[in-house]
Order: sequence, then C-alpha cells, then structure tokens
Amino acid sequence: MPRRTSAGFVIAALMLAGVCALAWALSAGDLTIGPGEVFDALFRGAEGMGADVVRELRLPRAVAVFVCGGLLALAGALMQVLLRNPLADPYVLGVSGGAAVGALAAMLAGLSPWAVDGAAFGGALAAMLVVFGLAHGDGSWTQTRLLLTGVIVAAGCGAAVTLMLSLATDTRLQSMLFWLMGDASGASRPWPALVVLVAGLVAVLPVARDLNVLARGETAASALGVRVRRLRYLLYVLASLLTAAAVTLVGSVGFVGLIVPHLVRFVLGNDQRQLLPAALLAGGTLLTLADTAARTVMAPVQLPVGVLTALIGVPVFLFLLSRNPR
Amino acid sequence: MAATDSSLVLLEADGIALQVGERWLCCEFSLRLAAGECLVLLGPNGAGKTTLLHTLAGLRAPTVGSVGLGGRPYADWDSLAAARFRGLLPQQQPDHFSASVLQTALIGRHPHLGRWGWESAADVAIAQAALAEVGLAELAGRDILSLSGGERQRVSIATLLTQAPRLFLLDEPTNHLDLHYQVAVLELFARLGREGRGVVMVLHDINLATRFADHVILLDGKGGVLAGTREDVLQADHLSRAFDHPIRRLDVDGRTLFIPD
Repeated sequence: MPRRTSAGFVIAALMLAGVCALAWALSAGDLTIGPGEVFDALFRGAEGMGADVVRELRLPRAVAVFVCGGLLALAGALMQVLLRNPLADPYVLGVSGGAAVGALAAMLAGLSPWAVDGAAFGGALAAMLVVFGLAHGDGSWTQTRLLLTGVIVAAGCGAAVTLMLSLATDTRLQSMLFWLMGDASGASRPWPALVVLVAGLVAVLPVARDLNVLARGETAASALGVRVRRLRYLLYVLASLLTAAAVTLVGSVGFVGLIVPHLVRFVLGNDQRQLLPAALLAGGTLLTLADTAARTVMAPVQLPVGVLTALIGVPVFLFLLSRNPR
Repeated sequence: MAATDSSLVLLEADGIALQVGERWLCCEFSLRLAAGECLVLLGPNGAGKTTLLHTLAGLRAPTVGSVGLGGRPYADWDSLAAARFRGLLPQQQPDHFSASVLQTALIGRHPHLGRWGWESAADVAIAQAALAEVGLAELAGRDILSLSGGERQRVSIATLLTQAPRLFLLDEPTNHLDLHYQVAVLELFARLGREGRGVVMVLHDINLATRFADHVILLDGKGGVLAGTREDVLQADHLSRAFDHPIRRLDVDGRTLFIPD
C-alpha cells in the first residue's frame, strides 16, 4: 500500500532523477560544459560562449523536451483511466492526428514556425471538439463509442497527412517528416507548455482518488459518491489539452504516453495519487535522456527523439512485463 | 440518527414507476424499508430489477414519483454523504488494471476521507476485517486480476463492507459464488440487518429469497408489480405467473421450497 510518506519519497527520488537528466542535457553536446559551469550560467549570470550555449540553446530545448515528456505521460495515464483501457495513449482519440493535419498544412503553405505551432494547436483542438461532439451527440457517452469515434477521426487525419506528404516538395518533405517523428531542435519556446503542464497537474491532483474509484466502473463509482459525468469531461478535456500542448511543442513523439504510465504502474502500483505525479516526472526524465542521447550519440547527426524513446522504452517495458507474471 | 433506532426509515419510495424507452418496467407502487429489514427484488430476466435497484440507490430518477433516503429526497443529499449512508454492490465489476485485493477493498473508504485524505491505519484495519468476513484475509496481497470470478465477487462485497453504509443495495450478491459462500454471504447481510442496517437485494434464487426476505417485490416483466410481505408475495400462483412457468410449493421439515415443474 502506498502511504503519503512513501509516495512523497518516491516523488522526491524521481525529482532528483529529473534534475540529473536535465543537468546532463545542459552539459552534453559538441561543446562539453562541466556541471560547475552550467550552474554558473544558470544561477550566477556567467558570461562567455559556454554560458550562452547553456542559456540560449540547451536550456530551452531541455525544458521543452522535459515538459513534452511530462505532458505525454500525464495525458497517457489520464486516457488509460478515462477509457479504462491499458492500450490507450494520448494519440488514440485523434488529438495528435488533428495537430499533424494543422501543422503539415501550414508547412505546405510555407508559413512561419509560429504559424505552424498555431495551426498544430488549432488542429488538435478541432479534433478534440469533433470527437467529443460525435461521441456525445445524443447525450450518452460510452467508452466504446468514444474510442471508436476517436480511432476513426485519427484514421481520417492519417489519410490527410499521407496526402499532404505526397504533395510536398522534397525540401519541405524533410521537415514535415521530422515534425511527425517529433523534433525538439526547433523547440525554443517551452514556457507556455510548462504552464499547461503545471496547471494540468494542479487540476487533476484533487480528483486523483476519484480516479482510483472510477477504475471500479462507473456504477460503483457513482454509488461511492464520485460525480462520474463531470469527472469524465474533466479527464477528456484535460488529456486532450495536455496532448495538444505536447504535440505543438515537439511533435508526435511516440511511446512515452503509452509506456511511461505502465512503467510507473509496474513499479509503484495503480494508485493515481502517486501514479500521476510520478508518471509526469518519469516521462520528462525519459524524454530528456532520450533527446540528449539522440543529439550526441551519432553527432553531428541528430536522430529523431521518438526513435530513441522506442529503443529505450520497449526493452524496459518488456523486461518489466515479463517480471510481473499474471 | 442513532444506530439502535430500529424504527428509522432508511429507504422510502413514493408512488414510483419506471419507464425505459417506450416500455414501462413497473407501474406505480410504494415501499418503505426500516432499519433491520430485508427486501428482495424478484422477477424474470429483463424485468427491470437492476434498473429498480439503481433507482432506489439514487443513481437514476424514477419516471414518476420520488425516492427518499433516510427521510430526505436524494436531491437534498450530497453525493459523498449519500455514499456514507447507502452502498451498492453492482452486478459487474470491470477490472482492467492490476491492484492488490486490500487496495481494492480500501476504495470503499473513499466517501469517508477528505479531499486530500489518505487511508489511515484504522481504514486499513476496517478493510482487513471486511476481507476476513468474506474469507479473503489470506489473499489480501494478491492481484485482483489473478482471482477467480467468485473471489472477485467476494472482493466486491468486502469493498462494500469497507464502505460501511447503513443501507446495503445488492445486485445479485450470490453471483459466481459456490453454495457455501452463497449462504455465508446472505447470512452475513442478515446479521448486519439484525444489527440495525437495511438490505435490499436482487436475487434469482426463489428459495434463498424465501429464507432471507422480510419483504418481496415481484416484477413480472410486463409492468406488473406485486409488493408485500414474504408470506403474501411468495406464493406458487404469483410466482408461476411472474416467471411464466409453473412453480410448485413444497413444505419439507418446516421449510418452504419452490421448485419449477
């Protein structure tokens, strides 16, 4: 049984891991910068090239990647509770598909990076509203209907993405593909997404125990005093917004949203009061490690971070799965 | 609201009728359940027993009439306060994620904890006692996904006992249970009834109803409702009509049995 104190210990340990991952992200690269120099650059306003690299280049990217991993892991954990389906991930209901359609359309039209971000976020919100409207059309709303609607909308978005890729010129195709795989190199404005992440956690922590109850089924949860309908709206809107923010920031990074909640669940159990903050921190840490590895192991070639998350996440996941026999 | 006040009316339905789609499940009837009483809902498949139970639990409003809990209409209850007063054992328990048996039982403490509260040692003791009541003390650390259907049903019952309401609403509590546990579980709720709680349950077995019910509501699936004491309702001709099958009454060693012809 998780207790408040042991949960606090776990969260503190994960925070420490996150800080270590961020420190590595700030010091590793073509120009290796020692931890002392990183500290001086961040907190003492040190001058010089190393300090500028840390502050101007590495810090925005490291924060962007950490925030994106946290957003996706938190959104994935919420989707799994909402759909009561272990296979749910942040993308299952078509939010990332909508974002991809928006972003690629903007790229195809040759718009600026700002406009691409705006189009991605707008596309994600549009997909969220379409799925909600269709699944909720007659007032009823079941898991199966929501899931099927989301999967179909995602499939439609996938077709639109393929169409746009086939119409793109070679020069644009490269950046479009990188956007789809998740590309952190252009992420220079992570702060709005960080606000979304913190707001999301603040909104969901007060109802974390309600989510534990919801896992017993809607009827049982209602009888235990949970306002099920309101809670499900909150989950849907929150998970969609978190996903939209993540996809807009870095792109559709795979696996984090599916695997990290399961990793945390294997190790800590399914108590959402502990799982949600732990998944957020673990997701951020994992993606920071993956991104730093992606830009250093084959330097100067930068690998897509989504490939690295899969290469790290899949074996760890399979190992833990085999250790937990049913 | 003293626990010893046996005249307390736990549940009251006033002139309720239920309609689902175009179909009327039951015509208007009323009921009162006092502390210490056991009411059994009987009827053929699809007659609306679960819908009626959920209506009595305040999870849906009756089409006509009103339902009151502890002397107040459900609309006046805060949802968590209602959950401390009445508990529901649903028919199906979907388990998709692993959790320990003890952790699952502790979910019953939800309405007793504050917004930021965590389960205390006292809550754990309540859950362990509930698990012991249904013979699961040994399995407290097991993963619910590894349990059999009957064991999961007993975990659900333990979760309800952990919730510790005044009024128990049970949807087929004997589901998946072997003969021994069917009787043991109903004996358990009968004992809780004698201690001043109330019990409403959906049963399929007429003979278990004969043994444990004070009052019976018999639905015939065509809108007809027969409500009254056990002796009034549980008669061979009423049962034969409701279940659309000839049912015969036998008296053996001072006990009444109903068997299908």
